[in-house]
Amino acid sequence: MRKFAEIFMVCVAVQMSCSLGVAADVALSIGYLEIKQSRPPTLSNLDPIPEDLGLAGAQTGLGDNATTGRFLGHSFDLQSGIVDVGADHVAATADMLSRTPFLLIDAPADVLLAIADLPQAKDAVLFNISAGDTALRDTDCRANLLHALPSDAMLTDALAQVFVQKRWTDLVMVSGTYPQDVAYADAMRRSLTKFGLKLGQEKTWAFDADMRRNAAQEVPLFTQPLGDYDALIVADELGDFGRYLLYNTWVARPVTGSEGLSALTWSPVIEQWGATQLQNRFAQEHDRAMQSQDYAAWAAMRTLGEAVTRTGSNDPAILRDYILSDDFELAGFKGRPLTWRDWNGQLRQPIAIAHTRALVAQAPLEGFLHRVNELDTLGLDRPESRCEVFE
Amino acid sequence: MKLCHMILASLSLAVPAHAGEIWVTNEKDDTLSVIDTDTLEVIQTYATGERPRGITFSADFSRVYICASDSDAVQVMDPETGEILHDLPSGEDPEQFVLHPDDKHLYIANEDDAVTTVVDVDSRKVVAQIDVGVEPEGMAVSPDGKVVITTSETTNMAHWIDTGTHTLFANTLVDSRPRHAEFTKGGAELWVSSEIGGSITVFDSATQGELGKMTFEIKGVHPDRVQPVGFEFTPDEKYAFVALGPANHVAVVNAQTYEVEEYILVGRRVWHMAFDGDHARLFTTNGVSGDVTVIDVAARKAVKSIKVGRFPWGAAFRP
Repeated sequence: MRKFAEIFMVCVAVQMSCSLGVAADVALSIGYLEIKQSRPPTLSNLDPIPEDLGLAGAQTGLGDNATTGRFLGHSFDLQSGIVDVGADHVAATADMLSRTPFLLIDAPADVLLAIADLPQAKDAVLFNISAGDTALRDTDCRANLLHALPSDAMLTDALAQVFVQKRWTDLVMVSGTYPQDVAYADAMRRSLTKFGLKLGQEKTWAFDADMRRNAAQEVPLFTQPLGDYDALIVADELGDFGRYLLYNTWVARPVTGSEGLSALTWSPVIEQWGATQLQNRFAQEHDRAMQSQDYAAWAAMRTLGEAVTRTGSNDPAILRDYILSDDFELAGFKGRPLTWRDWNGQLRQPIAIAHTRALVAQAPLEGFLHRVNELDTLGLDRPESRCEVFE
Repeated sequence: MKLCHMILASLSLAVPAHAGEIWVTNEKDDTLSVIDTDTLEVIQTYATGERPRGITFSADFSRVYICASDSDAVQVMDPETGEILHDLPSGEDPEQFVLHPDDKHLYIANEDDAVTTVVDVDSRKVVAQIDVGVEPEGMAVSPDGKVVITTSETTNMAHWIDTGTHTLFANTLVDSRPRHAEFTKGGAELWVSSEIGGSITVFDSATQGELGKMTFEIKGVHPDRVQPVGFEFTPDEKYAFVALGPANHVAVVNAQTYEVEEYILVGRRVWHMAFDGDHARLFTTNGVSGDVTVIDVAARKAVKSIKVGRFPWGAAFRP
């Protein structure tokens, strides 16, 4: 029995005929690899995670690439593989790397690193579309691993700018206990320090009751000891309890962080900068709204498409060099060109500050200046990052 | 002949001097605002279909065509009454269009469909649909009517359409997110603005080769925020006025040297523009501030801003 028999492979070939191409024919295969993770239960099932989260964005990006490519004799195809929880991801990755050096990967940080360190991946161009761990852009960075998803630090820096601008200086935080919550809380503390803010009281969410029935009774009591403050930050990255804090806190104050006013890569409420077109295109193709991970996969796919369009090459070294160069820019429906940080492989991008009904602001906020690019006020700037393998 | 002159003279005596009107589409109000170019006031507001964007008049100004994007229609309005006469089939999500010099064919960019649709305005039938890149937007037609251009925002190309065969004969790459295209110098040059790329590329129409590229720089505004969108040429084709989107300025470009001579501060997120009858004034639509800036062309100064509807987008002149 083959060890990775549970791997489900799909091939979507998009071969467009080329009647007008002036450039030489170039074909690019892109692999999409999802390493399934077990998810703990959440108090509410209101927002199920789409089966095709991420992959759907890659597919929309593939369509965009293919439409563009047909005028130039460039073709793109997407091969996707899913590795079930506990299955052998090394074998699956090696198999996919034997077919293409270009992979979009949905996996936790430790798996991403294991994949990047495979000998077969040495000359590959890998895109992280799911892990926000700041360490991956710092001491754990890898030269063959680019990050289309913003780091946690970029998101919490964006919110910290909002706190400064709104003069919400008296802040408290409620954190969950999952590793993702702890990482988010750590990133938030770092951001508050970076922007000269102080965190007051902190509490850990330790209830195990079903909040759909009694949040109204329990949250006021839980938040009463926090006293008065300007805003309550919630670190609940898995969407477990945070939704029950809104309008239930002891004092009437805004909730921000993982719930309420949030910093997001993408959101269905973004309609500025021509985003409606991308939202419509995505919704028509996939019968649902585009989420952050979809956007990250779309941006990674479009990055490869743009690099092929401009270089006319499918050589991973040439494409990687171009992507990290000053010549690269991607129109990503965020109002300014997206580029890649050449010190740690992070996609440089504005961050949406939004609630579920509307976009509130876009970071970097006005007044947060930078000597090179204001977008680098978000996340690890060149002097901060301890990543050395990109230099 | 003499009688005719007399009638005209008496008419002009009877009716107060009326230099013309600027018609503005308000994208998020589903209306048109009509500005009197003498008094610089809004004299009419007409209801349109959903999300009106592109606007243009027929050659004799007896009809106004409006891209009602979210209604998936091009509407035909009687400009005397504001009455919608009928809709033209337009394909999905028409954003911008150009009327062929034959006054009969509209070339329409269908933003959601990656298609340019050709509609006969008399028979009200779709004549052709031409596959172009992702999110077509900018539309231009050469003065001789032989070439129509569609620019595609995500594909980053100008697509050159042979109007005789309705096929593409060239596709030229430009910088990111091309938004607007215009022929100039008797059709010898094609200019294409790239919003995210922050540039205008000039092509030789005969060879489709690149002649030059211009970029813009405004003190105190990050280059990423300087985003050229709509532009218009003065009738002598010596200057182009270029809207720079969220940079809130209009650039005055020397069309011979491709150099920027001046930046004029206007309203927020300046989009498109139209000259008045004698080209003494230029009217720019400012999406975010919901107004129209009036520029004195000779003095290169903004002289007034006029409140219109929400998110003004397109502008067209009517005598």
